[in-house]
Amino acid sequence: MPGLGTSLGRGGATTAQQDLQHADAILIMGSNMAECHPVGFRFVMQAKLRGARILHADPRFTRTSAMADTYAPLRAGTDIVFLGGLIRYILEEKRYFHDYVVNYTNAASLITADYRDTEDLDGLFSGFDPATRKYDSESWRYDSEPRREPTNQPKPAQDDSQSFSARAGQLTGPVRTDPSLENPLCVFQILRKHYSRYTPEMVERVCGTPRETFLKVAETLCNASGPDRTAAICYAVGWTQHTTGVQTIRASTIVQLLLGNIGRPGGGIMALRGHASIQGSTDIPTLYNLLPGYLNCPSALKTHETVNDYLRTEVSATGYWVNMPRFLVSLLKAWYGDQSTRENGWGYHWLPKIVGDHSHMPMFIAMDEGQIDGFMAMGQNPAVGGQNAGYQRRAMAKLKWLVVKDLYETETATFWKDSPEVQSGELKPEAIPTEVFLLPAAASAEMDGTYTNTQRLLQWHERASDPPGDARSDIWFTYHLGARLKKLYAESNLARDLPIRAMTWDYLAPEENEGWAVADEPSARLILKEMNGYFVADGKPVTGFAELKDDGSTACGAWIYSGVYAPTEKEPDGHNFAANRGPVVDWVGLNWGFAWPANRRVLYNRASADPAGDPWPKEARLARQFGHGARGYVYWDEKSKTWTGLDVPDFPPKKPPSAKGDPDGIGLDFHDGKSPFLMKADGKGWLFAPSGAADGPLPAHYEPYESPVRNPVYPQVQSNPAAKVWNVPGNEYAPVGSPDYPCVLSTYRLTEHHLSGSMSRWLPWLSSLQPELFVEISPEHAGQIRAKNLDWLEISTPRATIRAKALVTRRIRPFTIDGQVVHHVGMPWHWGYKGVVTGDVVNDLSSLVGDPNVAIHEAKAFVCRVAVAAPRNV
Amino acid sequence: MSDSTRRQFFRGTGLAAGTLAGLGLDLKPARAAAATLKIQGTTEVASVCPYCAVGCGQIVSVREVAQAGRTRKEIVNIEGNPDSPISGGTLCPKGSATFQLAVNPARLTRVKYRAPGATEWQEKPLDWAMDRIATLMKETRDTHFRETWLGKDLEGKPVTKTVNHCTRIASLGGATMDNEWNYVHLKMFRSLGLIWLENQARI
Repeated sequence: MPGLGTSLGRGGATTAQQDLQHADAILIMGSNMAECHPVGFRFVMQAKLRGARILHADPRFTRTSAMADTYAPLRAGTDIVFLGGLIRYILEEKRYFHDYVVNYTNAASLITADYRDTEDLDGLFSGFDPATRKYDSESWRYDSEPRREPTNQPKPAQDDSQSFSARAGQLTGPVRTDPSLENPLCVFQILRKHYSRYTPEMVERVCGTPRETFLKVAETLCNASGPDRTAAICYAVGWTQHTTGVQTIRASTIVQLLLGNIGRPGGGIMALRGHASIQGSTDIPTLYNLLPGYLNCPSALKTHETVNDYLRTEVSATGYWVNMPRFLVSLLKAWYGDQSTRENGWGYHWLPKIVGDHSHMPMFIAMDEGQIDGFMAMGQNPAVGGQNAGYQRRAMAKLKWLVVKDLYETETATFWKDSPEVQSGELKPEAIPTEVFLLPAAASAEMDGTYTNTQRLLQWHERASDPPGDARSDIWFTYHLGARLKKLYAESNLARDLPIRAMTWDYLAPEENEGWAVADEPSARLILKEMNGYFVADGKPVTGFAELKDDGSTACGAWIYSGVYAPTEKEPDGHNFAANRGPVVDWVGLNWGFAWPANRRVLYNRASADPAGDPWPKEARLARQFGHGARGYVYWDEKSKTWTGLDVPDFPPKKPPSAKGDPDGIGLDFHDGKSPFLMKADGKGWLFAPSGAADGPLPAHYEPYESPVRNPVYPQVQSNPAAKVWNVPGNEYAPVGSPDYPCVLSTYRLTEHHLSGSMSRWLPWLSSLQPELFVEISPEHAGQIRAKNLDWLEISTPRATIRAKALVTRRIRPFTIDGQVVHHVGMPWHWGYKGVVTGDVVNDLSSLVGDPNVAIHEAKAFVCRVAVAAPRNV
Repeated sequence: MSDSTRRQFFRGTGLAAGTLAGLGLDLKPARAAAATLKIQGTTEVASVCPYCAVGCGQIVSVREVAQAGRTRKEIVNIEGNPDSPISGGTLCPKGSATFQLAVNPARLTRVKYRAPGATEWQEKPLDWAMDRIATLMKETRDTHFRETWLGKDLEGKPVTKTVNHCTRIASLGGATMDNEWNYVHLKMFRSLGLIWLENQARI
């Protein structure tokens, strides 16, 4: 999500799935949308029926490729070369959308003369410290005029956080620009220089994509973009799960900003997420480094001592984030109620401070080192889904206690009993000290609540039935655990126990449980109302985040969701907008569910109008066809002096397009009327990122951490120099070009299974559709290792060896990289040792290694050896 | 119609359909009748597919059945919601199997407990498990809570910082669960001072 957030301002898909039907071309990359998001793929097919060109770039030929007009094969882990090639093509062939680029992006902005590019430093950017493997972004900053009004802002914190605020940038004053785009220090020229080596020949050499195929993709995408056309990009974890994942997504934003495709119908970037509410669990972050609404979690590594220190460090004086104090104070009011006062800094000091990277992979390293006693796995199954999963199972054997809550008896719950380590005798149950609780969970149809889907859309689902036996909803478990803890601490006067006593925890509405078996089920509606926010004085819900205050008069648990439970004339105590089910009058569908923020469906939609506020030709055409009298998608109406249109305008409603930015203004006053990216300090889309990315201001190609080849683009820098690497026993890596592990392995998903299988391998229907693990290899590769279709193969990495049946298929092809033949292998990762159907755990093969921005792992490109297996004694 | 007779009926129509198809007869009325029967007398409840993030609309059909002196709602069918602007009534294989995700004999219905060093599960009352988990959380937190931590200031000099946290308890999960759960869980975890908090969304 930082890939999108750093470039555009918010870490969410910029568009909606339905909107894809109006694209003139769709590039799908890092995604097998037809098989992994089949119902969303309907809109790709509808676009195709309307004449759109569908482009698919992927290491495997999948059903998505079969439906595409052009399929471009590329070696896993080389997406930035392909996208960099597109950027170079757009710049050198002058295919960029000039008016959009000059007005809406930072192309004209000047960067300080201290900046050095990878072209100057053999593949590194300026500011790299090899000792810490970290960049100092000081030299990437804008060349800005000094602010006339001095501010007391401390230096922005540099970290690897996902928070939007850290990524908004902090300006000292107006940025110097060159609208002619000719100054060598302007972003446009820096971009030209940086991508000069990403030629079609380089793409062919590194990606293995035939030059002609690459050029076809570039030409098609450019032809489908401009004032009268728009093209969309769809991606999924094929892009994210790399040590360069965030920069890959950044590269796609550069393509779309140059082509003028962001904020416009039929355009945008569709992030295809794989869990029902993975977007929601980032917005409402059960993530170590965030608080709701993308506020940073307080950190001991930054100047975060008091609430004022925190705000001084985090708040950006310009752009929308100037409002952050309102969001933080309202959050603390929601959590600590009466105990949150101006005098005690709203209870800020009760929030724990982080002291490093506490994400998934370091968590299991700490666990393995005996530094974690208790662990809760709720709706996640690391024994199968975790990277280097064997490492993670062994680590769990060192826990004192483990709580698992799930629908079925998952591999995580039974690691002490059924894991391969127990089967082989490596671990003995008698010697595992872990006390394990397995709690039966309710199914989604048995509880109220909202999911936030891949297009930021909150949809309410309703309790239809009681859960069986002692199964309980997820909120039941947490609510009643919290209530017990509050009771246990009720008498304590220790300072450290006060937040538990102060925590507001009033979610019972007994009248909602009449007629249901579980009489003490907490109310999801009341929790949603707290997230929406309310006035402290009378408890009435706020209509949206614009009403939030930093004086303690409002409480709000998640400012970006504010408005989801707003009062209406009929329901002054709040209407559940997430439960709205139409009527749907056009493809925008404002009456179906609630999209954050403020029910906007296409983000940054100010850009769907030209600088003067009039619709671009494409928008005018769409509105004529489908718009019920609207003149465009979102545009300035001179008569009413407001922004209006088919969507909720993502812009100050009364700010005219001709408005000048106030160089001394704070917040949005600093922006002019042509600044669609209002979360950013400068209001512009960031082609170049002066801050916010841990591994460089521009995407550059580095090989996957494990790779069969030397980096042909920057021979001096093999892999992401800032990548997170964990050299611990049990997590050995293969050296570059290792003859023992010559093949590239990508893991992937099947239509018929879900993730680690805990929601699919227990279902006979799905298990019979896909009963067995397999490994896809090419006929050439099969010939080389003398394997036949359906043979048992052994797949090995330095971490593990597993078995799977061979699927010899032309869907997989060898790549010739720099004259060297590289075989590619694909494996679905849904199997484990529990369930109706079982199989080896594919994630036993992968390693713990991470992207420096977000610590995502690299399951989409690592190396392995494949051989015909010896018969197994069963 | 009781469960067993309904199943017999469907099995019967299935057989009949096979026979009739060979004769080239119009099967539409028979199919319509079968579909009607399946959800006859049920109420429809709006739902959302719990699998991937496309967010397909679902309709859960429930029938009220008498059980132990009260009525209980029983899920008899889950299908696509034709009104949804995203899915238009369609579902993929996983979404189409949502009924079996909920109504499945393999589902857990009682708390399972494994004592340290044990080789088998035991069944335990829910209340007992909740109390025990709360006690373990408190014990671990109270033993390992720290108010301060030795860090560095901006110049790199050692400095004692207030952190108010406990690093011995961790949590994983959230992306498959409701926003409301994520919210109360994170609120409780932060208020307890816990910082190892993660889910699948590390992207």
